[in-house]
Amino acid sequence: MPDFLLNLTDIVAGYPGRPPVLDGLSFALGPAELVGLVGPNGCGKTTLLGVIMGLIKPQSGVVRIFGEVRSEEKSFRPVRPQIGFVFQDANDQLFCPTVADDLAFGPLNLGASRKEADAVAQEVLKTLGLDGFGPRIAYDLSGGEKKLVALGTALALKPKLLILDEPTNFLDVEAVARLEAVLKKLNLPGVIVSHDLPFLDRMVTKRYRLTKGRLRPD
Amino acid sequence: MTLAERTKEPLRRADPRLLVLVLVLWSFLLAFLETKDAALAGLLGSSLLYLLSGPKNVFWGLKNLLTINLFLVFVWLILPFSFSYPGSIVYRLGPLAVTREGLDLSILLSLKALAITLGAMAITGASSVFDLLAGARRLGAPEKLVALLLLMTRYTQVIGEQYHRLRQAMRVRGFNPKTNFHTLRSYANLAGLLLVRGIDRAERVQAAMLCRGYTGRFWIRTDFKFQPRDFLIIFLVLCLSCLVTVIDARLPS
Ligand SMILES: Nc1ncnc2c1ncn2[C@@H]1O[C@H](COP(=O)(O)OP(=O)(O)OP(=O)(O)O)[C@@H](O)[C@H]1O
Ligand SMILES: [Mg+2]
Repeated sequence: MPDFLLNLTDIVAGYPGRPPVLDGLSFALGPAELVGLVGPNGCGKTTLLGVIMGLIKPQSGVVRIFGEVRSEEKSFRPVRPQIGFVFQDANDQLFCPTVADDLAFGPLNLGASRKEADAVAQEVLKTLGLDGFGPRIAYDLSGGEKKLVALGTALALKPKLLILDEPTNFLDVEAVARLEAVLKKLNLPGVIVSHDLPFLDRMVTKRYRLTKGRLRPD
Repeated sequence: MTLAERTKEPLRRADPRLLVLVLVLWSFLLAFLETKDAALAGLLGSSLLYLLSGPKNVFWGLKNLLTINLFLVFVWLILPFSFSYPGSIVYRLGPLAVTREGLDLSILLSLKALAITLGAMAITGASSVFDLLAGARRLGAPEKLVALLLLMTRYTQVIGEQYHRLRQAMRVRGFNPKTNFHTLRSYANLAGLLLVRGIDRAERVQAAMLCRGYTGRFWIRTDFKFQPRDFLIIFLVLCLSCLVTVIDARLPS
């Protein structure tokens, strides 16, 4: 078996008291592959990302990340910080008082010193064109700024893999262009969920569509 | 920062650890006072701290102070009549009698409550809540408690924001509160929605923390510096404390 970064087989997952959202879904992400994920609202894209991150427990099926089976919380712990995950709603992701604190949170958890973590935070802000945002209070930011900072919190982990849930939401044309440039420069593998097809076309080589609980090439 | 700015608001930019200590000591001291005169002196002391804590809108300050102390209304409605009845009666109101002891106690309680809240307003206004919590953590406050308060402060804002957004959503659709069933039900929906969203959000925030390698430790700033000008604050607060204590001991009520 080639060393897939992500490999999901026959996943059935959903929410209590409802028919499963993902029904026998399989998905594999090869090394150096950046793919797009599209589908109508409510088809289960966010749910799928939750399963990948171990935030939603599938009723059946196997999740492999970096070649190893991950089933319970403990096996997901070490891989999560290696995956840069950006939530659909940035408000869920920014919980520290200031932008700088939020960016430093991940590196600190990974054992960086305060100084190192602050340096990483500065660097990330610079990459995203948000110089000077460090001391800003998270709840005063605009929707687009929040989204960019949320991406920053993922980048601060220096991830091997990116999983972005609608990264262009709330972003203006310029910010989207900046996001594209940043992602191109990072050149990381991963999954991007988006309704912005032109954006996806510019970013990814392969596109999947999620329908009826399964993936198929789009 | 200009020299004028530096000297104008000594409490501001003080070491948050010191501010936390001042808050705790000053509040306890005030809480244990037993005489009206000492409590009055304490209130004046708190006012001084308040003035030193930064630029103020006196009107808003007064409004906040009175809102927090709204419960005093109940104290005044009950205590003067009920305390140590039949005590020395100063005023008769039909079958009810106002006693000197009850009156004294009400005054003492009110002064103390106002002094403590004003002192707390001075300290919390002089620094950000986040810095104060970080300071408290450095002084040995439990990590869990500090993390809890930090998240609470952050998400009170988010929930407040959400409340306003929902209210706006109701208003743009022509919602006009009246005393009828529709209004009541709409408010109930609003409250329910805020609760549900709060729980939902708590779950997603926890997920976000896990995704970034959270293992139960919360990192906050630790780069505090004790500056020479902080000694001034210590001196001032010690003077105030001594003064209040001496007055309290000298004048038995
Ligand atoms: N916490 C939850 N509890 C119950 N049902 C949920 C929950 N979250 C999502 N669902 C349901 O699961 C289905 C898939 O939701 P999901 O969020 O994965 O959709 P999505 O593809 O990300 O949609 P969108 O494009 O709108 O973001 C939806 O029908 C939704 O109603
Ligand atoms: Mg979604």
